[in-house]
This record gives sequence, C-alpha cells and structure tokens, in this order.
Amino acid sequence: MGKKNIYWKGFEELNKNSEIVEKLEQNEFVEKIPVGEGDKDNNPNRRDFLKYAGFSTAAAAIVGCEGPVIKSVPYVVQPDRIIPGIANYYATTIADGFDFSSILVKTREGRPIFIKGNKDANSMNCTNARINASVLSMYDIYRLQGPKVEGQNISWNDFNLSVISELERLSSQNKKVVLLTQSFASPTTEKIISEFIQKYPNVQHVIYDSISNSSALDAFENSYGQRALADYDFSLSNTIISIDADFMSDWQGGNYSSGWSKNRVPNKENEYSMSYHLQFESNMTLTGANADNRVMANPSELRYVLQSIYLNLTNQKYSGPALGPYLDRYVKLAVESIKKSGKKAVVISGLDDVDSQEIVLMINEFINSDAFDISSPRLIYQGSDSELLNTISELKSGNISGIITAGVNPGYTLPNAEEFLNLVNKLEFSLCFSMKEDETANSCKYVAATPHYLESWGDYEFKTGHYYLSQPTIKPLFDTNQFQDVILTLSGSNNNFYDEIKNNWRSNILKGKTWGKSLQDGFYYSYENNIPRRIKTSANLVNLPIQNTDELDLILYTKVGLGDGQQSSNPWLQEFPDPITRVTWDNYLTVSYKDAERLGLKNYNVSNGALNGSYVNVSNEKNSIKVPVIIQPGQTPGTVGLALGYGKTQAMSEHMNIGVNAYKFYNDFKKTQKVNISKIKGDHEFACIQLHNTMMGRDEIIKETTLEEFIEKDKSIWNPTVMVSKNHIETKVTSKEVDIWREFDRSTGHHFNLSIDLNKCNGCGACVIACHAENNVPVVGKEEVRKSRDMHWIRIDRYYSSQDTIQGDVEAKDSTKGFSEYKSTSSNLEKASANPQVVFQPVSCMHCNHAPCETVCPVAATSHGRQGQNQMAYNRCVGTRYCANNCPYKVRRFNWFQYSQNDEFDYNMNNDLGRMVINPDVNVRSRGVMEKCSLCIQMTQKTILDAKKEGRRVKDGEFKTACSESCDDNAMVFGDINDKESEILKVKDGDRTYRVLESIGTKPNVIYQVKIRNTKKI
Amino acid sequence: MLHLKRILLVTLLFPSLGLSQEADIQAGKALFNSNCAACHQLNRKAVGPALRGVTEKYDKEWLYSWIKNGTQMIKDGDPQAVAIWEEYNRAVMTNYPQFSNEQIDNILAYTNYTPPAPAPAVATAETVSQGSDISVNIILAVSIVIFTILIVMLFLVQRTLIKIANASGVKIEPEPKRNIRPLWKAVVENQFIMFVLVIGFLLSSAYFTYGYLMQIGIDQGYAPIQPIHYSHKIHAGANQIECKYCHSSARVSKHSGIPSLNVCMNCHEYIGEYNGEEDLENGYTKDFYTNEIKKLYNAVGWDEENQVYTGNTQPVKWIRIHNLPDFVYFNHAQHAQVAQIECQTCHGPVEEMEIMYQYSPLTMGWCIDCHRESNVDKDNEYYQKVHEELSKKYGVEQLTVAQLGGIECAKCHY
Repeated sequence: MGKKNIYWKGFEELNKNSEIVEKLEQNEFVEKIPVGEGDKDNNPNRRDFLKYAGFSTAAAAIVGCEGPVIKSVPYVVQPDRIIPGIANYYATTIADGFDFSSILVKTREGRPIFIKGNKDANSMNCTNARINASVLSMYDIYRLQGPKVEGQNISWNDFNLSVISELERLSSQNKKVVLLTQSFASPTTEKIISEFIQKYPNVQHVIYDSISNSSALDAFENSYGQRALADYDFSLSNTIISIDADFMSDWQGGNYSSGWSKNRVPNKENEYSMSYHLQFESNMTLTGANADNRVMANPSELRYVLQSIYLNLTNQKYSGPALGPYLDRYVKLAVESIKKSGKKAVVISGLDDVDSQEIVLMINEFINSDAFDISSPRLIYQGSDSELLNTISELKSGNISGIITAGVNPGYTLPNAEEFLNLVNKLEFSLCFSMKEDETANSCKYVAATPHYLESWGDYEFKTGHYYLSQPTIKPLFDTNQFQDVILTLSGSNNNFYDEIKNNWRSNILKGKTWGKSLQDGFYYSYENNIPRRIKTSANLVNLPIQNTDELDLILYTKVGLGDGQQSSNPWLQEFPDPITRVTWDNYLTVSYKDAERLGLKNYNVSNGALNGSYVNVSNEKNSIKVPVIIQPGQTPGTVGLALGYGKTQAMSEHMNIGVNAYKFYNDFKKTQKVNISKIKGDHEFACIQLHNTMMGRDEIIKETTLEEFIEKDKSIWNPTVMVSKNHIETKVTSKEVDIWREFDRSTGHHFNLSIDLNKCNGCGACVIACHAENNVPVVGKEEVRKSRDMHWIRIDRYYSSQDTIQGDVEAKDSTKGFSEYKSTSSNLEKASANPQVVFQPVSCMHCNHAPCETVCPVAATSHGRQGQNQMAYNRCVGTRYCANNCPYKVRRFNWFQYSQNDEFDYNMNNDLGRMVINPDVNVRSRGVMEKCSLCIQMTQKTILDAKKEGRRVKDGEFKTACSESCDDNAMVFGDINDKESEILKVKDGDRTYRVLESIGTKPNVIYQVKIRNTKKI
Repeated sequence: MLHLKRILLVTLLFPSLGLSQEADIQAGKALFNSNCAACHQLNRKAVGPALRGVTEKYDKEWLYSWIKNGTQMIKDGDPQAVAIWEEYNRAVMTNYPQFSNEQIDNILAYTNYTPPAPAPAVATAETVSQGSDISVNIILAVSIVIFTILIVMLFLVQRTLIKIANASGVKIEPEPKRNIRPLWKAVVENQFIMFVLVIGFLLSSAYFTYGYLMQIGIDQGYAPIQPIHYSHKIHAGANQIECKYCHSSARVSKHSGIPSLNVCMNCHEYIGEYNGEEDLENGYTKDFYTNEIKKLYNAVGWDEENQVYTGNTQPVKWIRIHNLPDFVYFNHAQHAQVAQIECQTCHGPVEEMEIMYQYSPLTMGWCIDCHRESNVDKDNEYYQKVHEELSKKYGVEQLTVAQLGGIECAKCHY
C-alpha cells in the first residue's frame, strides 16, 4: 500500500489513556453475562441454579409429551394466483409526500413482506431504508381502524352524510374551507380535487410539503414558468459540484445515488471514467462523506461560494465579501474543474433561497450540462411556503371556517404547531384524513381513517411524461377509505377512485399501451421533447453580510432513517444506525469539535463502552429545547445540526416516543436558523454502535488509493498481496505453505461470493433494512443496543481518516514504531477530526472458507457448506458464544432474550399484526442462540429449486441476496464464482479485490473492492 | 361379497320379480351409470331432475322421443319439453338417438326399481357374529368350571389320603427347620451383587428413559379426528384419484397444500351421495358418508336443492397431521416434482387409509437416511454438470443426495 492511514471510529480512540479502548481491544463482550440482580441474600447460588434447571428440564419434558393440536384452514375458494408457499410480486408506487419510488412488493399468502425497487421503470426506481421499512409501517397496531367523529366510532355512511351536510352548509354560507394536502403528483387526484372544488367553490386547495422545497420550486417557476424541480442524471457528468445538496439521502426526492455510483469506478485507460465530486457543506452529510473533496463552510458563506463560482465561470467579477483563502482555493478548483469538463459538469445546491437556486439553474444552462434535465422535470413537490404562510395567517385572522387535511400532519410538522392546533380546535369544521390518530387528527372533529399506500390505488406523474401506478397489494386491514374515494363520495360521484384512474389513463394518458399492461408494469412512459423556454434572464445576487455573531447557525436536516418523521413508529427505522454518527434511537445536536471545546461539551464512553453526551439548551426567541450533543467531525465550526422527524408523541408506543421535535425551529420553512446554545447539567445516554465491535485496531480493514496511483501504478503498489511470515520468511498469504488448513475442493457445484465495492457504497443503509425484512431480524430496543446487543446482520462501519488534512502526519505515521509511539502519534491527530475523510464499509458474516467460528463450536452448530456458506443451525446451538468470541469480524449476534412474543420487547414481533411482516421461509430465532448472516441461503436455495423444477442451469444474475438486491448503487455483486461467465467472477478476479484481515488466513467469501479517491490536492 | 349376498336375498325375498326383469334392471343400471349419472340422480335433483318415478310424470312415448331428441321437441314447442327446459335454466339434455326403445325401457325400469331395505341382511350378519362371540365365552366359562372342579377334587383326594395315612398310623414328619439366612438378605449383604444390580438398574432405567424421551414429539401414527371424515381410501384407493390432483401445490411449492373446498366441488357438485362400499363394523355406512358430503356442502355454501352457491361459507378447520418444527425447511416440490418421489414413500399407503395418519416418524435421522441412499436425477439439466464432475471425483456411477451436499445443516435449517 502506498500510504498508511490510521482510521479511527471516535474521539475516544484518540484519547491517549482511554481505558475503554483498551478494554474493547481485549474483550469481545464489554459486560459480564447478567446472572441475577438484587441484594446479596437473593443472589442465586449453584444449588438454586440446579434446582431451577432440574425443574425446568422436567417441566419441558412433561410439556413435550403432549404436542399441540395445530389447525390448518385452507381457502374455501382459492384464488388462481395464490399458491401457498409461492411469493407473488406486484409493481406499485410509493408517494407519501416525502419518498417517491416505483417499487416491487413481494407478497406471501396475501401479505406484503418485502419491498425492492422496480428496476424496469425508467426513472425514480430506487429504494432507501425508509421505503424498504415502509412495509412494516402498514402492520402498525397504532393505526386508525375506522372513521371517527369527535372521538367516537361511526360508520362510513354516517360519516360521509354528516360531512356532506357540513360542507353544504359552509358552502351555502360561502365560508372558506381550506384543503391542506401533501404533494400528490397524481393527475387523477388533481382532477378529483378540482371536481370537488367545483362542487364546493368555497374550498381552497393548499399544498404543504413538510420538508420545504419551495425555493427551488420558485426558482424553477421564475425561470421556466412551471412549478417543478430540475432533474439530474449524475451518470452523465464527471464533475459534480454540490453546494449543500445532500443528494444521496433525500435532497429533492432522492433517487440520485444510483446515477452517481455509475461513474465512480475508474478503468485504467480513462482518467475521466471516475467522476470528481466536490462538496461544500456545513453539516457532515452522507453526500459530503462520499465526496472526493469536502469543504466546510457556514450557510452564509455557502451562498457566496455559489455566487463566486457563477461569476467566475461567466467571467464576471465577484464583488461580495471575501471568502478567505481556504474557500477561495476550492472555488477556484470548482471553476477549473467545471471548465475542464464542460458539458460533463453539473452544479447543484440545497440552499433554500430562491436567488441561489436560480443561479444554479443558470450555471447548468451556461455549461449546457448533460446531467441537467429540465425537459422532464420532477413534479413530486408542489408546496409553496408563501401560500402556506398566507393560509396560516388567514386561520389566525378567522377568515377560514373549516379545514381538511390529507397526507400531512401540520400539528406536528409546523413550527408553531400548538398555535395551529388551537386554531383548528376553534374551527366550525375540521376533517383529517389520517392513518393514525396523530397530533392533527386529535384536534379535528372528523377523522377519516385512510389505508396505507400498500392497500391503496393511485396514479402519479413524478416527472413530466413519467407516469406510475400503485395498486393494493393486500385487502385493507381495517375499515379504511382512501382520501380520493371519500372526496369522490363527497363530490356526489358514484365512481370509485379505481374507475377514475382507469378512465383518466385510458382517455388522457395511455397511448398504445393497455391499462392492464401498465398496471402490471407499474409505470408508463411517454417522452415528449418539450424543453421549456427561459422567461427570466438574469439572476439576483445575494447581498447579505457574512455575520459574525455569537449566535450559531442551526442547520436542520433529515436523517436517512426517519426522514420527515412519518414513519417514526417504525421500530426498524428507529433502530437503524445513522450512517454518519451510528447513533440509533435518537436525534441530537451535532457540534464541531471547536465549538464543543469552547462550550465545554463532552462525549465520553462509560465502562461498558456505551456513549454518553452532554445536554445543551438550544434556543431562539420563541423556543428552547434540551438536546443531547454529539461531537461531529466535519461539522463546520459555528454551525450545529439537528435532525427533523423525531419527538413525535401521538399514536405511537412509548418506546418510540424519543428525541426532540426540531420542527419547532423550522421557522418560515428555512433549514438554516439562528440559535443560541448553552450547556446544561446532565448527561444523555446514547445507543450508539460507534465504539462497539471494533476491529481491534488492526489494519487491512480498509484499503484505499488515489486515482493517480490506481492509473499509473501497478496493483502491487496499491493493493499488494498480503504477506505473512513463515520461518521468518515473508510468504504470500495465498500460498499453500502457510495454510494450516486442509483445503477442500470447491470447484464443483455453486460457490457463492459477495463483492462489496467501497467506491460505490455510499453507506445509505438500504441493505440493513432489506436484511431486517428478509431475515426476520429482531428489534432489541435502545437499552439493549446501548449494551452492544444490537442484532443487525449487516452493519455499515464508518471510519474517519486523517489523510489529506495533515500531510505531515502521514509520514510521521509511516515511521511509527511500536505501539506506544503509535498511540502518541495518534493522539496528535486531533486536528484531523476537523474535516476527515470518511469510508463506509458494510460488514456482514464473511463466510470464511477457513472459518474460525466453526472450529470452536462444541456442538457443531456452525459448519461449512459446499456452496461456501458458513451455516448456522439455530436448533443445534446451545449458546456458548465461543464462535462470536473467535470471529475476527465480530458479525455474530447473540439472542440474549426472547425478542418475539415478549412484552419486554414490545415491538412489531410482540403483536399479531406486526408479525405479519415475518418472512415464512426464515426461522424466528429464540432466546439463547447465536445468529448471523446466512448469505440469504433461503433465496439461493429457491433459485436453485426453480432451476431444478424447470430442468435447467441457473443463469447468471439469478442468485441474489436481500442486501445485493436492495443496493441501487450496484455496490454489492453476488453470484456463483464457479460459473465462468458470471459477473462476480470478473469482479473477483479484478485488480481491486481484497479481503478484510486477509493475513489471518480466513479466506472470506465476502470480498471488497479497494476504494479509490479522486481527491484533488491544492 | 356383500353385494352378491344382497342380490341373493332380494331374489329370495321377492320371488314375484322374475329373473328376466332382474336382468332388465341390471342392463338399465349399466346404461344409467354410463349415460345419465353425470347429470341425473335417482332420488334428488342434480343438473337434471331426479329420475325416480319419471314414468308416472310423463307418457312413455313422450319419454322415448324426449330422450332420443329432446332438442327437437323444445324447438317444436312441446309444452312439457319447454317447461322442463325452462325449469332447468335452459340447459339442453344431451340427445341419445342411438338408444332403442328397449334400452330406454330398461333404464326406466331401473329408475322405478326400489332396492329392498338391506336391514334384514345386516341383522343376520350381526346375529352370526354375535353367535360366534357367545360360543367362545361359553367355552371359556365351561373350561373354568371344569378346572375349578378339578382343583376341588384334588384337595379332597389329598385330605382323604392324609386321613387314610393317619388311620393306618403313618407319621408324617415335618421337615426340620434349618437356620439359613433368607436369600434377599444374602443378596443385600453381598456388595458385588448389589453393585452389579445397581449398575444394571441404572443402565436399564437410562435405556428406557432415553427410549421414552426419544419418542417425545414423534407423532408417528397420529390420526386425529377431522371435522369432516375424509376418506383417502375412497378417493385415492377406490376411485384412483391422483394425489396431486387435489394436492396440486406439491408440484410447485413447499406446501403440499390442503385442497381448498372448490377443488372438492369439482366432483362433488355431481356426487351428492355415497354409493360405494360400506364398512359396517366401523359404522361407515352409506348414510354416514353421504352425511359427510353434506358437511362439505354446508362448508362451501352449496345449496343442493337449487344447485347454487349461497355464498355463505364456513371454512373447515382441519387438524394438521404432519407437523415439522419451525426450524425445519421442507419443500414438497423438491421431492415430489424434482426427485419424482412417490407420495407414498413418505406418507405410506394413503390409498388404504380410511383415517389419514402420520406414517413416517419425520425425524431428522429418517430424513438423512433417505438422503444418504437416494440418487439424484442426473438427467435433469440442472444436475448434469455437477454430477459429471463430482461422480468422477468420488469414483461412483450415481451420486447420492448426501454427496451433493444434501445433509448440510443449512439446507434444511435456516
């Protein structure tokens, strides 16, 4: 390897004399096994143990004598398409106002259990953690089970009659009713709403996006006369300049990372085959973490950065405030890169002011960017901040007499939610369409129970000419009616929404494709080349001074896990570790190291390795909330970050009622706010898996190189074969002499390998949730995660590096000798934490061909299969945990408790509804057994059986795992290396392949591809 | 046998019925079964009307022409023909121009013929069997009495002999009592014997306990009473219905599938009563079976009278017989479709089972034994390449499932 980086997972590791790091390096389990609690007298001794053990054995034997009577109830009339045991897939679409995607839903015996992207669709076909987890949100016991009037259950018929009479009364009195909805992006829904307004002219339709995209929409509208968002195809650009746009998570509807990843793997012939990605930002975002160069700037500086890029590019003179040498250098680099790439460059921005967004459009037009698409812009967000603010002021002034909400929860997402709810309480008429009795529903007189999107019909136009359909994948679980159906009834129509969609599509949308085929495909695409004409030709330049006050910039963001908070009662998402901080079950204030030092804020690990953090008071004129602090490397000094989507309280279990509601600070729907911060007493307990499961400080975990080195130098320089010492002679680890194992011939039959490309993986975590859904991974709750008992079969390790910012330290590190010197060296790296480079590394069971876990199992519960899988037989396991102890990758998970049907773990597996998501092909593990990734053996076995049934060989690409299937970025490639034609074999034989901890000779079947950085040095 | 007997009885009981008439009825029955039974029943409505007493309703000549060419009659507007056509949803009866009047007469004779009540025959059968039971008991009782008398007599003889001896002055000396320790005491005091005995006891109790524990959870022979008495013997045995006609998902899915009730109705829409063999000893009479069919109708919501589905269904809660633990994955398609294993290999002689029971132990050892012995189908293209390579490597002609990795843990446990 060319350079030796030192990777570290948290500040604690930099601490010279940290006991915890040392402790974790010595121990796999940070705590002793809990045996009995309470006072000394009650401590069970050996005799008690024997008594209990004897009794339970006898009890088990007696119970075992009588098997339970199990009943089977077949269909009376079995539907043609349903065969018990065979999965059916339906193409449908999610559009919940925050996530928009064409998806495929796997159903078993009529129950949706798994979601993946609909790869046949032309666009918007990616999934993320939230979309993958949304299947569980349907099986939520806190859902509303029928319509209600003033808290009382009522039949739909009566409900509709009384709503109609109220609406007619208001209409005859000409009192204004506001219809506040999410962005539907649905042609037929728009039609229905306009018919509804025709019937009741006193109704005004206002669209409200909980996370505002108003400035980008306004800018587009000002420039081209259409309310839409420009679309970008990053696969067509080799220079990406992003100014505060977190496009890998959910910037402007997301779905961008798959395009980005297509240009991230270079080939040796062409330097430009790998794109250059420069990110200017304040918070450490997922996108920033994946950028080649990440530049820190505060929000006001970011505007001038954009402006400066624009002016420099168009050869105008920048006359704004000085940016300082650091930013100036990167602005210059950005301009040079754009000029060099020409059409192949693209500039995007997440700044929420109209002027900046207009500048972005002008830059992309100026460079005639290939990636920039305005002929088919995104229509997924329609909300307007000014319209919404008007509505709220009208509510205050009493101009509005009634409100109907649908798909939104303003009682939670508005900054002045309490005031809003008080106003709604006083209204003559209030109707809420909701899946839950949430904050808004509780204040409304009429609450219409709506179905989950997997139980609903729908049509969408996400992009101009790109149409999508959604269809029910299950019969409604409760007595629900979807918004459109109710609106149709209220308008006096006899049609249902399905008929309306079908008629509308047949007469207005479909050209040459049948309705049935479109429904089966889930999408319809008709391309019309209509590039809009620019109507505004000049951009306004910002002219705000760069402030230097005591106030900090609070930057509100959405997490990859919870997003806008719609699914906050989804336990999978709550336990999903944030890719950057790796904290579960919380939101927190991210603070730069500098500010933390100034304010005396601390993060520290307690004796069992769990993370604690100081509390601060975040306040502005109106609000003040107590928030725990995470010190975040890469956070721009002078800024702090706080995630939206937490702190919801209604219609969810107490366990989920966590975090703080950051929407309180979302004034004027601007993500940047001025706040004051003061430290307050007390420490917060985080459930962070950051210091857990360390790789014992060994290197050979991450390998990376630079683009120049990759292109110019031989593999032996940047990815050398690992050498080990035998009889004091350096020998290749792959040679037979150093192998202490008798090799098994694996050249016949299938042999599975999983390749993970560190260049393409952006750490989004869709695979983590997909794995949850496929493998029935339990949720253990915050307290257990804090004790490092998380059950994720695949985790995405995030490592910060110190490279690039302190060049001098690199040489110092290379010349480090001995552990004590290493420690003193690493303690000098504190400055590196200011803006580190980040690597994401998904780690699941490595399925070692020479697995250390297999040899230590006293009962042979884990053994090796001919196909390369390391197999875990749960029913054989007695729970010694030797295997977990001996696993160098720390990927085995122990069931400390019974996580299903146990009131102590009151998550989805503790109720009948929540258990409907369980995959019937995979066992639900019980207490006391070890579990781990099986390489989705149920999926490979199914593929094999399908081939056998048809009497054919398995085709390449047929073998899949849940994680590889959910990876839209194609970072994970799975397949049979004994198939000479397979993609995985080509990948495996490639130069970039390496194996984690190869020197210990485990020969893993999960392989990694060396990360290549296109970092530009200044 | 039973059948023959009955005919014999019939001829005995009804001497007025001539032999020729009997032959007509038999010929009529044969014709009825092959031509009419698909749509007509004797005593109840099916697709067409019940045929018993049809000669009373219609003129014989009319019946001749109706059966030979009913369609024409409807066309011609014959009032009776049109009436019946209207009554049965305008379903036209198949024309039988090939029938002679004599054949039609035979069929009509069969429809008018009421079989005598089989009660007397049953009664005789019962008395005979009861009689044989009694005779055994009598023999027993008699022999017991005889033995008692013999014992009493022996006692009396002994007493008499002692009396004679006393009278003749013969002294019978009692045996001298020796002072020996009882056997049990000797055994208890002998440590070696005790040791061996204790070891023996422990070993044997361990053996039996192990044997007992090992059968826990193995429900071989489990034959629960089902909500509807479904006889595999009648369906798969007597009627030779292929297993996978009803259990069709065994071809494609992991479940063999309990057939949904609409599958039953494929046949039972026409078969409303049972006419096969009876098992009187167990109470499986025709009425019993017919009553079970009625249970099916009730569950599926079939109105027999009007031949329509009412929509009022009551799903049947069958009791599952073959229960594998959750941690075992078993796939029927793999075995029944890919490996072409006969269902009977694991499920036993289902075609002989009046009540379905678990034939095999379904233990892991049982599975593995089979996997070790069974060969894979090398003609299946999926297996071809790997079979070629592996069989060369192992030097065998035919690979077993085990050699291909069929006994690896995670092939069944995941």
